[in-house]
Amino acid sequence: MRGVPLTDYWLMLPMAELTIFALGTLLIDLMVPRQWKWINAAGAFIGVLFATLCLWRLQSMLPRGATGFYNALRVDRFAIFFWYLFLAGAALTIPTSARYLDIEDEHDGEYYSLLLLSVVGMMCMAAGIDIVLIFIGLELTAISGYVLVGFLRRDRRSNKAAVKYCLLGAFSSGIVAYGFSLFYGLSGGTNLAIIMRAVLGQNPHNPVVMIALLTTMAGLLFKIAAAPFHQWAPDAYEGAPTSVTGFLSAVVMAAGFALLIRILVFGLLPLRSVYTPVITVVAITSMAVGNFAALSQTNTKRLLAYSSIAHVGFMLLAFVAMGTAQLGSAAFFDGFKGILIYQVVYILMNLGALAVITSLRERNVIGDEISDMAGLYRRAPIEAVLMLLFLLSLAGIPPAAGFIGKYYIVLSLIEAGHRGLAALAVIFSLIGVYYYWKVAHAVLMRAPIEKERLHIGFGMRVAVGVTALATIVIGVYPQPLIKGVNWSLGIAQPPHAAALGK
Amino acid sequence: MVPITTFHYLVVAAILFVLGVMGVLLRRNLVIALMSVELILSAVNLNLVAFSRMWGNLHGQAFAIFITVDAVAQTIAGLGILIAFFGNHETGQ
Amino acid sequence: MNSTLNSGVASVSAPFFYLLAGLAIFGGVLVITRRSAVHSALALMGTLLAVAGLYSTLSAPFVAGVQIIVYAGGIVLLFLFAIMAVNIERSDRDGRFRRMWPAVLVASCGLLGWFLYAFAKSRALFPNRMMTLPVSSNVQDIATMLYGETGKTGEYTLAFEVASLLLLAAIVGAVIMTRKKADTAINPATALATDPAKE
Repeated sequence: MRGVPLTDYWLMLPMAELTIFALGTLLIDLMVPRQWKWINAAGAFIGVLFATLCLWRLQSMLPRGATGFYNALRVDRFAIFFWYLFLAGAALTIPTSARYLDIEDEHDGEYYSLLLLSVVGMMCMAAGIDIVLIFIGLELTAISGYVLVGFLRRDRRSNKAAVKYCLLGAFSSGIVAYGFSLFYGLSGGTNLAIIMRAVLGQNPHNPVVMIALLTTMAGLLFKIAAAPFHQWAPDAYEGAPTSVTGFLSAVVMAAGFALLIRILVFGLLPLRSVYTPVITVVAITSMAVGNFAALSQTNTKRLLAYSSIAHVGFMLLAFVAMGTAQLGSAAFFDGFKGILIYQVVYILMNLGALAVITSLRERNVIGDEISDMAGLYRRAPIEAVLMLLFLLSLAGIPPAAGFIGKYYIVLSLIEAGHRGLAALAVIFSLIGVYYYWKVAHAVLMRAPIEKERLHIGFGMRVAVGVTALATIVIGVYPQPLIKGVNWSLGIAQPPHAAALGK
Repeated sequence: MVPITTFHYLVVAAILFVLGVMGVLLRRNLVIALMSVELILSAVNLNLVAFSRMWGNLHGQAFAIFITVDAVAQTIAGLGILIAFFGNHETGQ
Repeated sequence: MNSTLNSGVASVSAPFFYLLAGLAIFGGVLVITRRSAVHSALALMGTLLAVAGLYSTLSAPFVAGVQIIVYAGGIVLLFLFAIMAVNIERSDRDGRFRRMWPAVLVASCGLLGWFLYAFAKSRALFPNRMMTLPVSSNVQDIATMLYGETGKTGEYTLAFEVASLLLLAAIVGAVIMTRKKADTAINPATALATDPAKE
């Protein structure tokens, strides 16, 4: 047995750091009295900063990424990109949670621990190319998620949301596992590279290959709440603590997409003629279901849940472009870029919007109905303006960042020759403007129900400020982000090698 | 008599898988729904061990151990959540 | 680890296989159809034990052992405790199945049919050969994969470490979900006081 060279341990250092801080938070929580529970949040936040620092050093040490642990972990640029994203998402979620949980009287250190462990799982999902590691990472994130969703133990909605999420999550994990088992059976190995080689040697329309592919995809689509597997999302997002909703809908979903890309593009690329039609149908259904259902919602979290489903549909269209375009062509890369840009932008605007909703939580007001946002402009003018910015971005209207993400995906669709789909995507986005406007209307024009000024904690201010700043900066000056995405895809190198993340 | 081959094991696993899927989708009793997930994971394990034998390497069996670990974790978390859920309600549904 | 090619001869006698397979499937049917959750749990145990038997026929003694100890012994027990704690024995109101059961039943049969057709058609993919895995060193070989040897890391050691985090997250989650408010106190006296609140 070869053993693993010592340098491989560098690759998992960010994950190890997060683990240490997660464990430390669990211990510190035991020693900290109630009024000082924010120390847990601070500790977790420092952990995220440490991990980011570590990742930065890793990136400078290994500019082209490396594979380690018997080819199970591949920390290439794609993985590093997503790792930064997950850490940023966690860093934005932690400050917004503290006050909210305090009011809910559920301010326990375990929350932050589970958040950090969830990020560890996501890192395994994004960087794993061995289906065992991927599966374990997937489950780690999922199980932490189930508990986080049900964290408000005395709230019936939270309990119900957790039960639904847990049951359907476990179900989808089982389905993914079945798909993985078939891929093992086809190839004799658990590494995506081995699986790809085995699949290359098969006829893509071989029934067993198709079953393996479709079961794997069905499970993964469950995780990102794409229709018709979206049933759990509205209840889960509505019932979860609002800070968790942000984390779930933005960061965990980003991990789901990273995984989808790893498996479908890096691993099962030969099968793209089979999965692309399926994804097309799923994408259109998601956009339709999400947009139409959101029109009638009065609960902001449910509305954002359905809008999430619609956004997922939009992002899946990039897979369609990548699936039908020539490898290495402009359409392929624009689609790839589109997803990555959209992920960044989506995390920012979703976390921002949900942070604002989180800040509405007071002792006697839960704050997740549209009417609770009424007159926000008078109660907290700066927040109200920032909320409008997030809504603008969600609707995809320039100069907010949401537009950039949509732009690249629509561009890739047109370049790949799917003009009809591109038009459909734009039309569905326009439908979205209506329900975002409903919220904006409440913020701006309706008379406030609660008259007093909103008390917003320091952490929340910083988080909302940072996300809003990023949203507007990216919207107006997207070049740095695009450069970053290009770097992560290795563009400016021979296209085919770049596509495989070398 | 037909010798027992990998195919036979795959069939058993497929049947267990479908039974599990039906259980999750159809049973109102949430605990039984969770049990059905165990059926699905057992089907996966059976697949893996059968393929492990077919290919002559132990990766499948190792993966099966991991799936078992995952099943345990899911059961723990799921039952914990169910207990919290029913603690807040009157009936067992 | 050496595996030798066993030229297509089945190493398990057919009646034995069919017995185990039949038990497993019968147990599975019972799990999803019994009215009482306890009956379902016991049926699940039966299925899991039968599946463990199937693993033994597949030269996987360690996995079979783990199946018996962890799955049948641990998980089913957990289920039984949870059923007792939650008092979810019988489902009399509303019936056992959801309203959509005919549709799902038909779809599931279709799904199963598709699977069987696929497997039957692709027998070439799953050749009749069955490699004989060395059984006596089975535990050691798997352990080498998971933990590695002295001074070296095994193939799945990273996944193994993350799996331990998985269990940690699950345990932490279960403790959070089910503890009573008094347990958050650091004062052992109050933490141990019996709380008459219903749970």
